[in-house]
Amino acid sequence: MANYELNINGRKLRVSAAQEETLLSVLRDRLDLTGTKYGCGEGQCGACTVLMEGRAVRACQTTVQSAAQAKITTIEGLEKNGKLSPVQQAFLEEEAFQCGYCTAGMIMSATSLLSERANPSDEQIERAMNGNVCRCGTYPRIVEAVKHAARIGALGGTR
Amino acid sequence: MTTFAWDRRAFLKGAGAGLLVVLAESAGVAQQESGRGFRGHEMPKDIGSWLHIGSDGRVTAFTGKVEVGQNIRTSLAQQVAEELRVPFDCVEMVMGDTDLVPWDMGTFGSRTTPDMGPRLRTMAAAARQMLLEQAAQAWNVDASSLRAANGKILNGDGSRSISYGELTQGEKLVKVVTAEQSLTPASEWKVAGTSAPKPEGRAFVTGAHKYPSDIVRPGMMFGAIVRPEGFHAKLISVDSKAAESLPGVTVVRDGDFIGVVAPDAFTAHRAAAMVNAAWDVPEQPSNENLFEYLKNNPETSEPRHPDHQSGSMEDGMRNAEIKVEERYTVQYIAHAPLEPRAAVAEWNNGKLTVWTGTQRPFGVREELAQHFSIPESQVRVIQPDMGSGYGGKHSGEAAVEAARLAKAANKPVKLLWTRREEFTWAYLRPAALIEIHAGVRRDGTLVAWEHHNYNAGNATINTPYDVSNQLIQYHPTKTPLRQGSYRALAGTANNFARESHMDALAHAAGMDPLQFRMKNLSNARLKAVLQSAADKFGWDRAKSNATCGYGLACGSDKGGYVATCAEVEIDSDKTIRVRRVVQAWESGAVINPNGLNNQNSGGVVQALGGALFEAILFSQGKILNPQFARYRLPRFSDTPKIEIVLVDRKDLPPAGAGEIGLIGVAPAIANAIFAATGVRVRNMPIAPEEAIPGIPASPFRS
Repeated sequence: MANYELNINGRKLRVSAAQEETLLSVLRDRLDLTGTKYGCGEGQCGACTVLMEGRAVRACQTTVQSAAQAKITTIEGLEKNGKLSPVQQAFLEEEAFQCGYCTAGMIMSATSLLSERANPSDEQIERAMNGNVCRCGTYPRIVEAVKHAARIGALGGTR
Repeated sequence: MTTFAWDRRAFLKGAGAGLLVVLAESAGVAQQESGRGFRGHEMPKDIGSWLHIGSDGRVTAFTGKVEVGQNIRTSLAQQVAEELRVPFDCVEMVMGDTDLVPWDMGTFGSRTTPDMGPRLRTMAAAARQMLLEQAAQAWNVDASSLRAANGKILNGDGSRSISYGELTQGEKLVKVVTAEQSLTPASEWKVAGTSAPKPEGRAFVTGAHKYPSDIVRPGMMFGAIVRPEGFHAKLISVDSKAAESLPGVTVVRDGDFIGVVAPDAFTAHRAAAMVNAAWDVPEQPSNENLFEYLKNNPETSEPRHPDHQSGSMEDGMRNAEIKVEERYTVQYIAHAPLEPRAAVAEWNNGKLTVWTGTQRPFGVREELAQHFSIPESQVRVIQPDMGSGYGGKHSGEAAVEAARLAKAANKPVKLLWTRREEFTWAYLRPAALIEIHAGVRRDGTLVAWEHHNYNAGNATINTPYDVSNQLIQYHPTKTPLRQGSYRALAGTANNFARESHMDALAHAAGMDPLQFRMKNLSNARLKAVLQSAADKFGWDRAKSNATCGYGLACGSDKGGYVATCAEVEIDSDKTIRVRRVVQAWESGAVINPNGLNNQNSGGVVQALGGALFEAILFSQGKILNPQFARYRLPRFSDTPKIEIVLVDRKDLPPAGAGEIGLIGVAPAIANAIFAATGVRVRNMPIAPEEAIPGIPASPFRS
């Protein structure tokens, strides 16, 4: 066990965890940030996606040690002053979910994509999001939601 | 009055002022498909459901059904709002909490919409009538001169009104209704029939929604289970000293059950891995001999009546000029809900509370009561809206395990199964062997149809086509792997075989597959979806060539009708890609078009996995591919352009729609591949990731 200071959603949080422990385990089981989900533990499903310095990473494949130096954003950190981020707003308006368990990871991957490309094509969306699984099969709506978010972003929505 | 024990329900005592309406019923229970082993329950005859109208006008409806992503929290609330004449956002659904809701067999078999919908509507309509009569009495007028709208009772010209809340006069009123109520016809719906958004939608996009695996309790510990090395294994020896040396770790042993409790999940899993257990795993079947096993191992020696028999197969085949006999296979597949089994268990003075993801909260309550030999009244199961199930979460393994650990540790314990555990220790969709022998006249008239299904079940086993000579039989068998319910389980298998076979017969008779079906079909609802799908798809213009095939299939399941057209691209190295799917669908009156569309389109994607590449590989009591890296799931890149044609039949009662969307996909794809290549694949999956022992290697990849 070692002590780490993590920068999560703009807050400095101290946590005691094992060196090889995953960021996912620390977020969910030690910090009660349960919006980030466990799906497979092997980086195959994307349910645990968070942003590290703005880029999508799999929290189940990231050790707490390697996360300690970085700015981490989880699904809980996207809403600002009661206002949803453009991606959250778009997912809600398109109802781009069924059971919703994959949604946090989808939103984080889409947020990462849109920060690199303001207006991605269908092919770019598919490539960027293909590591995220929706077992309910909501893919066509998720693609629509990402494009919708791009439009909200273009209209000056906050990020 | 009913025999229901009101005093046990803490909520009802604390429900506050208002009107509580209870539906007492005498109706029987519909037959439900739950996989074998979950039968034997009947709906209690006395109480079906209840709803409460508070003095603030808020409406709360209670049902034992659960929300798993299929959108019934929304569609049931819409129906209550409709009949009560209140705005949609005034209605809250309380679901799946065994201390708060009426007993229910479970959420499966597409029964919520046809069974629970009418119950809630009946009760809401009765409540509205009571409120009308109460207002009439208070105003000393005839009830027929009054109307209900927007949570109020109004007089004829609207000059006088009173809210539902005011009408309850701050009293606690309990009304039991039994009478048949006339329900608002779908053609007059204003709230039902619209695309009301999910009330909990915002919590999904902010991460605020608490799934079963997200529940946290004060002083909670974390559990992990030491699993056997294979199915039916016996424990030979165990050494847990190293694990127990970790700080805060307790190892729990009870017969062959070995579990670990630790202050955090990481330590729990590390400790479980440090337990040194030796197991004896007996010889067991593998993929290699699966279908011979199913054919040769009937469940019982009792002879079973055919599911359907008419005319004489012998006569029919004698009159047939074209005869086709084939066998079809379907592999075991996993539900792979993205949230694996999870439970948080807590004991308080002998009473057990478990938060868990299950489609059968009352079934899990029974499992827990039996395991611990305590009355069911001492067990509360709470089912937070979960990370889905697809038929895979009927059982309460994680709930029982968490409760065993919590009891031993004397603290609340959370247990979240790993993906590997979910693949291995849950249950699977049954594998199937299906044999069909059919005969057709030269003019395309179907005259003989024999269909045998080994193991998968008899849902949709009967052919919807007109055939005068039939023998149709489901053969329950012993099963090498643990199996159970699955979204559209037997419907998928039976329809894959039947619709592939119909396609083969059409080609053998030199007829267009659509024309051949139409010629042998008199069911108007099925013909309507078939024509709708074909029209939207452009079937008449769809001429297959070596690199692009077009196929269609149709079917009926659980009161709904579906027809699917698929466009499949095949490149030079035999890689197939499903480019476009058009699916027409009719399930009576539509309650929520947007939600139904989401279910239907999602059903196409899920079915695509089982059709093309999903398969469980197993040998000697072990699952060989219990991880997503070796068990391929449909992804964005697999998703075709999907067009849904919703046929809204406002004149027909709504049917459940969670399953029907899957059954046309695999045969439509297989038929499209045949149209392009002349090769018919009769095994599901059609293009597996790796060769599956026991069946011929597929020439196709996906």
